[in-house]
Amino acid sequence: MDLQTTIYIMVGLSFSLYIGIAIWARAGSTSEFYSAGGAVHPVLNGMATGADWMSAASFISMAGLIANMGYGGGLFLMGWTGGYVLLAMLLAPYLRKFGKFTVPQFIGDRFYSKGASLIAVICLLTASLTYIIGQMTGVGVAFSRFLGVSSEVGIYVGMGIVFLYAVFGGMKGITYTQVAQYIVLILAYTIPAIFISLQLTGNFLPQLGLGSTLTGTDVTLLAKLDSVVTDLGFGKYTTTTAGSTLNMFVYTLSLMIGTAGLPHVIMRFFTVPTVKDARSSAGWALVFIAILYTTAPAVAAMAKLNLHSTVNTAVAKGGDLYAPEASIQAETRPDWMKRWEKTGLLKFEDKNGDGRIQYYNDKSKNEAAVAKATAAGWKGNELTVNADIIVLANPEIALLPNWVIGLVAAGGLAAALSTAAGLLMAISAAVSHDLIKNQFVPDISEKNELLAGKIAMAVAIVISGWLGLNPPGFAAGTVALAFGIAASSLFPAIMMGIFSKKMNKEGAMAGMLAGLAVTLFYVFAHKGIFFIKGTDFLPLIGGANSFFGITPEAFGAIGALVNFAVAYAVDKVTPEPPAHIQAMVESVRIPRGSKLVDGSH
Amino acid sequence: MKHDYDSSAYWKETIKLLRNVLILWFLVSFGAGILFVDFFNQFHLGGYPLGFWFAHQGAIYFFVAQIFYYAWRMNNLDIKFDVHED
Repeated sequence: MDLQTTIYIMVGLSFSLYIGIAIWARAGSTSEFYSAGGAVHPVLNGMATGADWMSAASFISMAGLIANMGYGGGLFLMGWTGGYVLLAMLLAPYLRKFGKFTVPQFIGDRFYSKGASLIAVICLLTASLTYIIGQMTGVGVAFSRFLGVSSEVGIYVGMGIVFLYAVFGGMKGITYTQVAQYIVLILAYTIPAIFISLQLTGNFLPQLGLGSTLTGTDVTLLAKLDSVVTDLGFGKYTTTTAGSTLNMFVYTLSLMIGTAGLPHVIMRFFTVPTVKDARSSAGWALVFIAILYTTAPAVAAMAKLNLHSTVNTAVAKGGDLYAPEASIQAETRPDWMKRWEKTGLLKFEDKNGDGRIQYYNDKSKNEAAVAKATAAGWKGNELTVNADIIVLANPEIALLPNWVIGLVAAGGLAAALSTAAGLLMAISAAVSHDLIKNQFVPDISEKNELLAGKIAMAVAIVISGWLGLNPPGFAAGTVALAFGIAASSLFPAIMMGIFSKKMNKEGAMAGMLAGLAVTLFYVFAHKGIFFIKGTDFLPLIGGANSFFGITPEAFGAIGALVNFAVAYAVDKVTPEPPAHIQAMVESVRIPRGSKLVDGSH
Repeated sequence: MKHDYDSSAYWKETIKLLRNVLILWFLVSFGAGILFVDFFNQFHLGGYPLGFWFAHQGAIYFFVAQIFYYAWRMNNLDIKFDVHED
């Protein structure tokens, strides 16, 4: 059976599974639509949270970025897992005890103000929409390869499928579908990694393979990779940091607190039966996430090594990487390269006209590498590989069987769809429940509330798809921006709402607005106002990364600091919250008396 | 329904537990993985430079263990102070 048919079969099978489950578990009431009636086991909830969490950014994009960045890519690994510790300890159990559906509801009640709730809705929508733009970029990559079309067409197809998918079920449908999606995506991620780890190191577990020696040699995989990439003028794999130590520090911190402030993740913890379950549910979620996250660095390093040895035969054989016959001839390049060239995400250009592919860093500061390239008659790097294709192309690069390639395509789509659906749920709940019902039309019927939610989803898909055509960065980078926004706006307000009895509405509102404003200002300066191309205003802030060399993706931690500081200052000069609010905070801190979320409020 | 539990002592113990877990959380990620990564890279764990291992593998294993440790300790605290769910 040929490759394309195999891919169709794998993707088709996985989709029929999800659709079958969605029909089986169709939601009835509003309460079921948003939170599955509060009756999902912690382990299942953890798996669903894992699928919800591991998006196109984690599945498709992250390992590719790590392959590019080397050690510095660890910021994604630590940042996107460490946040669960904060979530489990600082937020989840207390929000569960509080017993409401959504983050804006919590903020509105705790800070006794509809204004605070409105600001929370704005923060939530900004973060979630930015997140979906990143998803759409990833969906575009997956569909373009899967259908053999350009990535633009891939995005249009993806928009249609995400829409059908998200409006079809509710949270309950999604919870069980997501368990299935988790299983598909984790198999799709780990199976090729196991194959490749066996090929390269003879070690079954990629987590151990990454730390092993290459088969038939006594050189470790990482040492080999280090020597190949430095020889070709790239930074040393195991030590190249992300900009600077300070940038790496705040970037990691932004992703961590952003994780704990992302509404679609927090919403998950409303769906467990008890406070006790909320604590362990975060742990289970992280177990299932860690399986992918500890595999990702192995995928990254092994794919990078495989890619180099594909285009340069001296990598595997040893010898001079710059010898003329070491670079492969363009005519005999493997089929997978030709397949990806169709998507426009992999490009080959014979700059020195020798009919061979030279892949190296032509902007290297390593003088030895530059001298060798010049001596060999190389006239610039001839191969551009978009970081977002590494994971999907990985089994093809390693020449694995067709069914593995098909499985990876199905997994990538599962990851993108499940997260997009979870985010759209959060957006739909925020618009229909927190915005329309609580702010403007309190007596809206349940039917109209659901309808408003579905319209909100459709609008969100169109906006994000349109912006996804000109994404502000790679899928994982765009998603990191969303985390920065959540980190700077929602996390501090929720945390102060639980851990400070005296924090008042004025402080919380001023803090959220200040944190959001300063972060968006810095991000928009780099990426354009609302990510519209050509509206960036870098000169105004004195050039790129002008704030101590911190990149816009990493700025959320600074925004969060501003949020805390402003909230504290304003709190000091305004009246303290009423007694019943302080009593409510006391009761939120104690598990006893928790009850299931109900839809009546 | 009235329960005679000491909520301020319970909260104090909770905060103490959070502080301890957060210190370890900081040390394995920001400490070993970022701030002192060069120092740890002198040592090796198999084929891994140790600092690189913390940043790409080790921190994650610690995080998982920390959450379950926290959940276990909190459940015990709930029972000790008689604030657990019925």
